[in-house]
Amino acid sequence: MNFLPLWRYQNQLIDGAIVTLELTVISALCGLLIGVAGAVALKGRLTPLRLMVRGYIELFRNTPSLIQIFIIFFVLPSFGLKLPAFESAAVALSLYFGAYSVEIIRAGLDSIPPSQVEAGQCLGLSGWQVFRHIVLPPALRNAYPAVTSQFVLLLLGTSLASQVAADELFHVAGFIESRTYRSFEVYAVICVVYFGMAMAFKALFAIIAAAAFRWPRRR
Amino acid sequence: MRSFTLIDFVSLFSALRWTVALVVLALTFGAPVALGLAMGRISRFKGLRWAMAALIQTIQSVPLLGLLFFFYFGMPVFLGIQVPAIIAVTVAYTLYTAAFLGEIWRGGLEAVKQAQWEAGACLGLSAWQQFRHIVAPQALRLSLPPTVGFLVQLIKGTSLASILGFVELARAGQVVSAATFQPLLTYALVAAIYFALCLPLTLWSRSLEARLDGSR
Repeated sequence: MNFLPLWRYQNQLIDGAIVTLELTVISALCGLLIGVAGAVALKGRLTPLRLMVRGYIELFRNTPSLIQIFIIFFVLPSFGLKLPAFESAAVALSLYFGAYSVEIIRAGLDSIPPSQVEAGQCLGLSGWQVFRHIVLPPALRNAYPAVTSQFVLLLLGTSLASQVAADELFHVAGFIESRTYRSFEVYAVICVVYFGMAMAFKALFAIIAAAAFRWPRRR
Repeated sequence: MRSFTLIDFVSLFSALRWTVALVVLALTFGAPVALGLAMGRISRFKGLRWAMAALIQTIQSVPLLGLLFFFYFGMPVFLGIQVPAIIAVTVAYTLYTAAFLGEIWRGGLEAVKQAQWEAGACLGLSAWQQFRHIVAPQALRLSLPPTVGFLVQLIKGTSLASILGFVELARAGQVVSAATFQPLLTYALVAAIYFALCLPLTLWSRSLEARLDGSR
């Protein structure tokens, strides 16, 4: 076991970690947008739209992320849409994260009892005021733990982008391995880096939750 | 280049048995470890609780792909001998399964009210008997839906073994796609097979959840 040969590749490791973070944040933001749009569509009255969203959720939640990335990267070019590796992975991971987000956000909105909405209307609040002050804060609090743990799974899942040669952390690991032949050491270091990033995000999310959701829970 | 024929179809379906084998191996070894982790997490001993929590947190904070590579290249380093790839892969999937199922089952055990343990103690049952006959059956009922849900994650997760060269469904798809130059047909078929495996489990998990909800 010898970790020394890896030392000179620290810049590549940092670059890889930055690309991993970019991929995670971009996919999470796009996925959350899909999630909000999907949850609104599921609440809506248009049955065909609801069926489409349901179909999308089941399709993306019941097939492996790896295959989804392969399909975007290898299959779309035959329809004339050729995306580079990073973009392919970002699209695939956004759609994957989005499928989970729709369900999480819908469950968050559903967790508010209708009687609370009615109580708000009785107080003479407008539709927007009811949503903004009565539905949204507790819905956010209820959905928050699921969204953040899904975010950490997304961060770990971006490692699959290495399979289409996007320049993220896991792909950098393969590069360093091919230069140094220190396979075990490289992947041990990579695991530690992912662990550090996951822990940092968990700590950050805990701090945000402590600051944002200070009102007491209903008993 | 050749066209997509019956042979390719057969090779995809015969690769399916490796996918199933990996799931069975992961559950066979992972479930007992998960039970141990879950029991450790609710133990009276603070040190044990803490150690189990740290172990679960660590495994859940590393990509499954990282776990696979770590043990694939690490087993020879730890043991000093060459081990077959299947053993390294089984170790990685066992730990992955144990960490996630352990946390799910701990949630189930903790959801059973403390008074149930005490009632068992009042009847003169030993700690093990309380666990075995009173708490565990109720916890099992509560944690069945998320357990089935995790099974879907596991099936999807076995596709990563393809990266280490295991010819399971995803790898067979890559091989067939490269040989026939028909990525659309091949990957659509591979996705459809995974979908056909996972969707019934997802629906089962959801119906279990709905049934439990009504009974409480």
